[in-house]
Amino acid sequence: MSFPWAKEYTPANPVMKFLDEKLPLPRLVYNAVGAGYPVPRNLNYMWNFGVLAGFFLVLQIVTGVVLAMHYAADATVAFGKVEHIMRDVNWGWLMRYSHANGASFFFIVIYLHIFRGFYYSSYKAPREMVWLLGVVIFLLMMATAFMGYVLPWGQMSFWGAKVITGLFGAIPVVGEPLQVWLLGGFAPDDAALNRFFSLHFLLPFVIAGVVILHIWALHIPGSSNPTGVEVKGESDTVPFHPYYTAKDGFGLGVVLVLFAVMLFFLPNYLGHPDNYIEANPLSTPAHIVPEWYFWPFYAILRAFTFDFILPAKLWGVLAMFAAILMWFFLPWLDRSPVRSGHYRPLFRKFFWFGLIPVMAVLFYCGGAPAEEPYVMLSQIATAYYFLHFLVILPLVSSFEKPEPLPYSITEAVLGSDKKAVLGENTTPAT
Amino acid sequence: MADTTGAATPDIVAEPQVEGGDDGVRRRDFINIAAVSAAGFGGVAVLYPLISQMAPSADVLAESSTEVDVSAIEPGQAIKAIFRKQPLFVRRLTDKEIAEANAVNISSLRDPQTLAERTKEGHQDLLVTMGVCTHLGCVPLGAAEGENKGEFGGYFCPCHGSHYDTAARIRKGPAPLNLQVPEYEFTSDTVITVG
Repeated sequence: MSFPWAKEYTPANPVMKFLDEKLPLPRLVYNAVGAGYPVPRNLNYMWNFGVLAGFFLVLQIVTGVVLAMHYAADATVAFGKVEHIMRDVNWGWLMRYSHANGASFFFIVIYLHIFRGFYYSSYKAPREMVWLLGVVIFLLMMATAFMGYVLPWGQMSFWGAKVITGLFGAIPVVGEPLQVWLLGGFAPDDAALNRFFSLHFLLPFVIAGVVILHIWALHIPGSSNPTGVEVKGESDTVPFHPYYTAKDGFGLGVVLVLFAVMLFFLPNYLGHPDNYIEANPLSTPAHIVPEWYFWPFYAILRAFTFDFILPAKLWGVLAMFAAILMWFFLPWLDRSPVRSGHYRPLFRKFFWFGLIPVMAVLFYCGGAPAEEPYVMLSQIATAYYFLHFLVILPLVSSFEKPEPLPYSITEAVLGSDKKAVLGENTTPAT
Repeated sequence: MADTTGAATPDIVAEPQVEGGDDGVRRRDFINIAAVSAAGFGGVAVLYPLISQMAPSADVLAESSTEVDVSAIEPGQAIKAIFRKQPLFVRRLTDKEIAEANAVNISSLRDPQTLAERTKEGHQDLLVTMGVCTHLGCVPLGAAEGENKGEFGGYFCPCHGSHYDTAARIRKGPAPLNLQVPEYEFTSDTVITVG
């Protein structure tokens, strides 16, 4: 499961020795995120975001459990309960604002984590399973965040729930019964609110479970690194603790400063004022938009405005789901033997001047009203998005001449000093 | 369970061969299939209530029909009622609006329906539809006084710009279907029961 030079856990005292014999939990932690896990020595700050995502998952679970102590999922009182948390409950405002902004920060770090995966091709063999589990986590996060946003029972909560469950209504034949079954009624009401609360409480623990599988799958080949060259010897790695616990700790400190800025000075910046109006089934807000982290996918949904064999609405729904489900095939769509985008000149051009601007356009259009020029921009960007993953990525490796790779991680770090090369210096300098 | 034809392998001699030794079928195979089938049936029996509990409950279904008194609606006016927790539009069409609706070439419509198909016989002036846009479920404007009725004089959905005509048929914009006409009947000359 790990490299042969990984440090072995030795219990420090009789109590730990007893525990190690009966239930080797400290050993598991030591080997997973302690000194027993050798990690490439050249990780940059893009490798911080896994740990940061873990931090925000814990933050969401802790604040969420606290909020659930003061909330009630009943359509007649839910909206008032949120105001009760904000005004009456001791530190309730802190808990709710932490939870709301924590969700946004969770998505920010996850998107950067995925960005790292795209650029450095972290999804390639032998880490396909790590990637697949990561996509599962992302889908679970989206479901959890959507249901959480319904709970305050404001106008955006209600109409968001109606529009999103309405997507299932676009499926031929079974769509409408399916929508009624999902909602437990003909429109969002008590039944929907209660089940969303139940699932919103459950899913984070499911996510935590899949995160454990994600880390487990990662630790079989070990972490990737910015060169994409696999670890060849002991001189290529350093122990996770203290090297990366310190580096991740520093990154966490920086992110927490930014989080505090949002939390204390701009707590509602990422929300919608309409959600401070109680849900009203008879009046639609003029401009329904989801939370910012769904905007790129919402833009894809709305990009389909014309019928072509299937109705436009169904195309939009299929494309939106396909836009993410496609990621499951990424390890096999990208056929270049070189992992890191750092050594792939052609891929890098398509990445920086194609995919990234297109994602930015989709993001902007998803939050804009459904009118020109945003509709046409979304259509062009959607077309390119699919083109990138389904055509450009599989073909680019046939035309590309990768730049020369370093012989080893050590060489990449220290230069091609003979002593740095594997075999001549296998014991780390002390 | 690598070998299911126990009769052929000499090292499973303890296996009682009751019958059917030649065709390889043992009594154990029957017990195996019967047990798995029973467990499978039990599994489905447990799953059914778990799935069914999410469907609309009895009290939600009990509210699934609504009576509306339509006597007070003047031609050109519309009222909003609530049917299954969703808005219901009841509109008394003027003669001009009826003429406009009938003048449309049906085959040019996205969801071809005549006004007569969307109303009850003898009550062609009373248009009963859901107030739910068929695109993504917003409430269209046009039922209340002074609201934007869209380019075709019926309803207009502000969310993504769907225009409905005086028979509440989709004419322009992203919605795929006409505003839905729910099941309803006249229980007297002035009262309709929806649902």
